[in-house]
Amino acid sequence: MPPHPETWLRVTPEGLFCVPGGFHIDPLRPVARAVITHGHADHARPDHGAVLATPETLAVMRTRLGAARAGASQQPLRPGEALTERGVRLWLRPAGHILGSAQICLEWRGSRVVVSGDYKRQPDPTCAPFEPQPCDVFVTEATFALPVFRHPPPEREAAKLLHSLALFPERTHVVGCYALGKCQRLIRLLRAAGWDRPIHLHGALLGLCRLYEELGVALGPLLPATAADRAALRGAIVLAPPSAVADRWARRLAEPVVALASGWMRVRQRAKSRGVELPLVVSDHADWDGLLATIVEVGAPEVWVTHGRDDALVHALGQRGIRGRALHLVGLGEEDEGPEAAPAADAA
Amino acid sequence: MSLPAFAALLERLVFTPGRNAKLALLRDWFATQPDPDRGVGLAALTGELAFTAAKPALVRDLVAARTDPVLLALSHDYVGDFAETVALIWPEREGANAPPPGLAEVAEALELTPKAGLPALIAGWLDTLDAGGRLALIKLVTGGLRVGAAARLARTALAEWSGKPVEAIEEVWHGVAPPYLPLFAWLEGRGPRPDPRGAPVFRPLMLAHPLDDAEVAALDPAEWRAEWKWDGIRVQLAAGPGGRRIWSRGGEDVSAAFPEILEAMAFHAVLDGELLVIRDGAVAPFADLQQRLNRKLVPARLRRDVPVGVRLYDLLFEGEEDLRPLPFDARRRRLEAWAARARPARMDLSPQIAFASFAQLAAIRSGARAASIEGLMLKRADSPYVAGRVKGLWWKWKRDPLSIDAVLMYAQRGHGRRSSFYSDYTFGLWRPDGRGGEELVPVGKAYSGYTDQELAWLDRWIRAHTIARFGPVREVEKTLVLEVIFDAAQRSTRHKSGVALRFPRIARIRTDKPAGEADRLENLLAYVEDRPSDDA
Ligand SMILES: [Zn+2]
Ligand SMILES: [Zn+2]
Repeated sequence: MPPHPETWLRVTPEGLFCVPGGFHIDPLRPVARAVITHGHADHARPDHGAVLATPETLAVMRTRLGAARAGASQQPLRPGEALTERGVRLWLRPAGHILGSAQICLEWRGSRVVVSGDYKRQPDPTCAPFEPQPCDVFVTEATFALPVFRHPPPEREAAKLLHSLALFPERTHVVGCYALGKCQRLIRLLRAAGWDRPIHLHGALLGLCRLYEELGVALGPLLPATAADRAALRGAIVLAPPSAVADRWARRLAEPVVALASGWMRVRQRAKSRGVELPLVVSDHADWDGLLATIVEVGAPEVWVTHGRDDALVHALGQRGIRGRALHLVGLGEEDEGPEAAPAADAA
Repeated sequence: MSLPAFAALLERLVFTPGRNAKLALLRDWFATQPDPDRGVGLAALTGELAFTAAKPALVRDLVAARTDPVLLALSHDYVGDFAETVALIWPEREGANAPPPGLAEVAEALELTPKAGLPALIAGWLDTLDAGGRLALIKLVTGGLRVGAAARLARTALAEWSGKPVEAIEEVWHGVAPPYLPLFAWLEGRGPRPDPRGAPVFRPLMLAHPLDDAEVAALDPAEWRAEWKWDGIRVQLAAGPGGRRIWSRGGEDVSAAFPEILEAMAFHAVLDGELLVIRDGAVAPFADLQQRLNRKLVPARLRRDVPVGVRLYDLLFEGEEDLRPLPFDARRRRLEAWAARARPARMDLSPQIAFASFAQLAAIRSGARAASIEGLMLKRADSPYVAGRVKGLWWKWKRDPLSIDAVLMYAQRGHGRRSSFYSDYTFGLWRPDGRGGEELVPVGKAYSGYTDQELAWLDRWIRAHTIARFGPVREVEKTLVLEVIFDAAQRSTRHKSGVALRFPRIARIRTDKPAGEADRLENLLAYVEDRPSDDA
């Protein structure tokens, strides 16, 4: 009888810890050995000792954190490769969340756990699609685990933005989007919809776009956006971090149409409270249907929920005869779409 | 595909703060949507299309049958609005690929379907729509579709789109019905102007320009007539064989809110006047009138406690005779003669004020402190009644605003363009705290009057002097004095201070004045007209 995953994968103050393997997954604080699902700030934190992740995630960490703080040593592991650490077999599978994002698959003495990190099931031209891996325990996020969250086709949201540009050709369309993943996905969506003019970028987005291009994700013509260029930015698309679009930075643009690309934009009050004129429901997280379909697909009899609306998800799993357990991991969900990440418009 | 298009329009209207952008969205709607859907959409936006067959409980039952109660409760809790929760949570069916209904189709089916058939009808539509479409449908069928000030805005958009003056559209508006096919045909140059005869028609009101004290000197008193400018809502009463209507200044039909006035309109005429709450012959504060606005049904208690009447200014039509080209003096004589004959209940004439010089009139104006009077109207004796604001015919001569020095207490971020600034200010005055000391009591809120530079300065000051935060509101140190001006002070039981200000705005930032020297509540109470005596 294989050991229950509870006996060898523990919740510690630093985050999930694989006891026999001696490593943490997405640890909150600096640890000796870390395995990282993807490069978002709430998962890939600085100053660990040895770091194992996909080559793309390691590259993202070096760009975001600087080489000196992206792990004392870095070990790349590609999806499809496997290694064995002190008796624990470890391999990665694409998570479909952002470039380089991976699920961490662990097997010890015949007992298998998959830690999904963040993931989505919608297609995304900037990263490899999610690959389900059957397991005994599936560790999932629950950012959008309420049945009101069902993300529409992203192409439709891109079309919404272009339609608005046609209606208001004199106004700058400034779109709030997270610098890593969402920004590049939006650019590809706009390119696919036929927008081949330059897309202007707030300074905070430039570095990661450059990295995506180096890693083989072509983004087309990009230009830095300075609010001083009021006239040049009329009728242009400007991408900026969510915190900048509600700020005075954006107000200096030519009659800006303030858009925000996020799964939260599905709820009107969320869009209104952030002063958004054009909400775009584009998310890099699985929606309600995506979460349930994935859990059914991996066939795990038990599901652990790291963060988000675990109450609703655990309830729905119970109705399907699946044991759900809320881990209440702290520190997750603080990237673009985490509920904590909606800083009040004033950054004073 | 027009219900989804209508839903997309609604969604953008809801999120778009700017009036010009809203107009652009509406123009695009009229230009791109086919008949009859664009007219049905127009009717839905302007509140002309009100369905009441489907009650919110019907929608509640439908969603309860299709969702888990725990998940529905959690979702409702998160989303807040129930209609929106239903729209978002409604389970989408694979293979439900019937096309979504057209707007006109929805309107027609709702009229024709017997009550028992409604649940299946609505559920079937919900299955074919996406979340935005579902929300629009739910709001439409339950009568919850409210787009602020949409009617006037929609007519302006029609004018801009078609090139016809908005006054011309308002003249025919109440003679056409959804889906407005003759109206669109006329606006597109494909048909004649719709003839509004028979039905009561809104005639655009004549408006006044503000007058500066300095400009008064140039006027010859013999050529001008003066009346009080009453602080109520301007209305037009139109009655005749075709029906009776009460219109607001923007041409909204507000008849339903004032049934007792409607009852009193047993005449054939079109009148201009001010709707006021009048108790025992005295005009009550505007705050009382507010309880009567925006109602479709008026409870008997409200009719009794907040009685309304109309103070008449002008006579536009007597029978079929159009008096608008006549000089003001002639119309006034006709009005007086008509009122003496018709003696309509709940109506009286706005008295004319005799004066020999403008100096004398100015003295009369500043002597009038009643909250129900905003100032004076000056009408040129020979002025015809013309639509809109024609310079040189009518002036409004508001009395000087009142002023207090108050202490800033709380600040809140504004909306739209100003949402990154703290632009809404709650201010207070001193009063005894009952323990031998002094305390500040909030007396009002102002969100205008300042310049851009003053706004930026206030924003910085507020951020640097915050002592507590409650959601979007900041409480600040009670050290900054603001000079606040306002049009009137009125008794109010709904305010902690017992007094409500009419249109307060910031006149000056008084960094020169210590907070301890700001005004006291009693200074403000001295401005209140009809102040009950202390032993009352
Ligand atoms: Zn992430
Ligand atoms: Zn995350």
